[in-house]
Amino acid sequence: MGDFMNIVVCIKQVPDTTEIRLDPIKGTLIRDGVPSIINPDDKAGLEEALKLKDLHGAHITAITMGPPQAEQVLKEAFAMGVDKGILLTDRKFAGADSLATSNALAGALKKLDFDVVITGRQAIDGDTAQVGPQLAEHLGLPQMSYVKEMSIVGENLVRVKRGVEDGYQVLEAETPCVLTILSEANNPRYMSVSKIIEAVREKKIEVWDTSMIDIDLEVLGLAGSPTKVKKSFTKGAKTAGKIHEVTSQEAVTIIVDKLKENFII
Amino acid sequence: MNLNEYKGVYVFIEQKSREIQNVSLELLGRGRGLADTLEEELVAVFLGDGIEDQCQDLISYGADRVIYVDSPKLDRYLTEPYAQALDAVSKFEKPNIILIGATSTGRDLAPRVSARLSTGLTADCTSLEISEEKELLMTRPAFGGNLMATIICPDHRPQMSSVRPGVMQKLAVDTNRTGEIIEFGVNFDDSKFKVRFIEEVKEAKQLVKIEDATVLVSGGRGVGTAENFKNLEKLADNIGATVSTSRAMVDAGIMSHDRQVGQTGKTVRPDIYFALGISGAIQHIAGMEESEYIIAINKDKGAPIFNTADLGIVGDVNKILPLLNNEISKLTQKKA
Repeated sequence: MGDFMNIVVCIKQVPDTTEIRLDPIKGTLIRDGVPSIINPDDKAGLEEALKLKDLHGAHITAITMGPPQAEQVLKEAFAMGVDKGILLTDRKFAGADSLATSNALAGALKKLDFDVVITGRQAIDGDTAQVGPQLAEHLGLPQMSYVKEMSIVGENLVRVKRGVEDGYQVLEAETPCVLTILSEANNPRYMSVSKIIEAVREKKIEVWDTSMIDIDLEVLGLAGSPTKVKKSFTKGAKTAGKIHEVTSQEAVTIIVDKLKENFII
Repeated sequence: MNLNEYKGVYVFIEQKSREIQNVSLELLGRGRGLADTLEEELVAVFLGDGIEDQCQDLISYGADRVIYVDSPKLDRYLTEPYAQALDAVSKFEKPNIILIGATSTGRDLAPRVSARLSTGLTADCTSLEISEEKELLMTRPAFGGNLMATIICPDHRPQMSSVRPGVMQKLAVDTNRTGEIIEFGVNFDDSKFKVRFIEEVKEAKQLVKIEDATVLVSGGRGVGTAENFKNLEKLADNIGATVSTSRAMVDAGIMSHDRQVGQTGKTVRPDIYFALGISGAIQHIAGMEESEYIIAINKDKGAPIFNTADLGIVGDVNKILPLLNNEISKLTQKKA
């Protein structure tokens, strides 16, 4: 590690899936008016990086892959306090599954100096939790996933609490390493508008296309994605059962009969 | 890549302190069906330290063959040693399909290995089928459970898929089943082991396993308060059930996350599921719709939960529950 730790945080612009509704008649997704946000786990990743910067000093680069309008999440990252933003945008990135996405990010990271790479555990539009570990593999670096707490415990040494089903593990790795962060790790700080203005004025957002990263084009985008969507559909509602509008006492009788029928009582 | 060289359905068997995890047995259950459809073998890949005497159990649960790697380096899960072992087995065996439980272990290991094998991985599948073209059809929720997508991996092998606990069903144990048990040696590259394990801390509040309950009494926003949840606890006590909940009550700090059913909680399929004061957001439905019999009580006749319920009662759960508890107490006392 040099004087300052270099941290790269990978972030993604996602639709706020809690705002998506189903059209009850057509059974299709209503996406109009659904706001785009920084993926919550990624935002927690930004906050972890910023906490390290507050404590030890650090240079933070936020990187996102997406269409040109994904620049918005980089502006928000600046508003939280990052130092540099990279927008990976190129038609050749489009249609990428998690493996092709991780290839693109790895290609970009190979062009950067870093001690720690932070990603969110998973994105709320896909929920796969795959890009972080796949990125770590492409870079040949150790990974620590599902991180709910992290700290620097010595020269080049990162210690984390990794959330597991019945508690947590404490793990340590030397830098460089890749961490995937849980949104429960922290409460991200508020944004400062003046920092956005400064970022735009000083052109701190760099736009990179495929020519600027270190990667074989064949492993990018739709063509580089081993998985394909065969079809997508909304779940048909199952046939509704009987609905009773009765007094509370009658309701009790109906439920008790049903429990007896099923030998519960 | 010659796809025809890749044969067999392989299940990664997860163990913790040498205890085989239920999700792995569930995957053997589903894997058995896939292997039969493909007319290929079902293979359990079992990694750990001192695990040899448990291999027969995996055959009893449906495997034709068990490949085990036994090494002190695999005593507890760490990404790199496990990735090296699974990668070595895969490169030697050339599986058609690899299934992995979508646990904190599986969701760390599967993507690492998929990248090492340069193949596709589909996370958190809720359905696995074989197409007429003999491809694995992997169906999973996306957009927070709002949309289902069927994913294929047409030109790469193995086809990798993870499945959350409680989604598939294990087979009944058959101790008469026979199969082959083979030890597989791995030449570990220790120089790549860069993550050091310090300690593991168990948190007692996480110990409720709602996914194992046969009856769940689940309460949501319509129950509202911790005080009202006591009615649910009493009902659960009366009928030998477990209390679970919806995301709203976890976010409100009234219930703990380990009891949460749904997209960001657990997938359950009990014999009876009480949805009490739960409106039925799509994320919740995704976690409980496979329940055998669903009883819903909700004030709002238009609540989406009634589209999924087998028995729906329009009414105030906080009025009905005390009466129900009285009635059940009377009945059970008579029996005793």
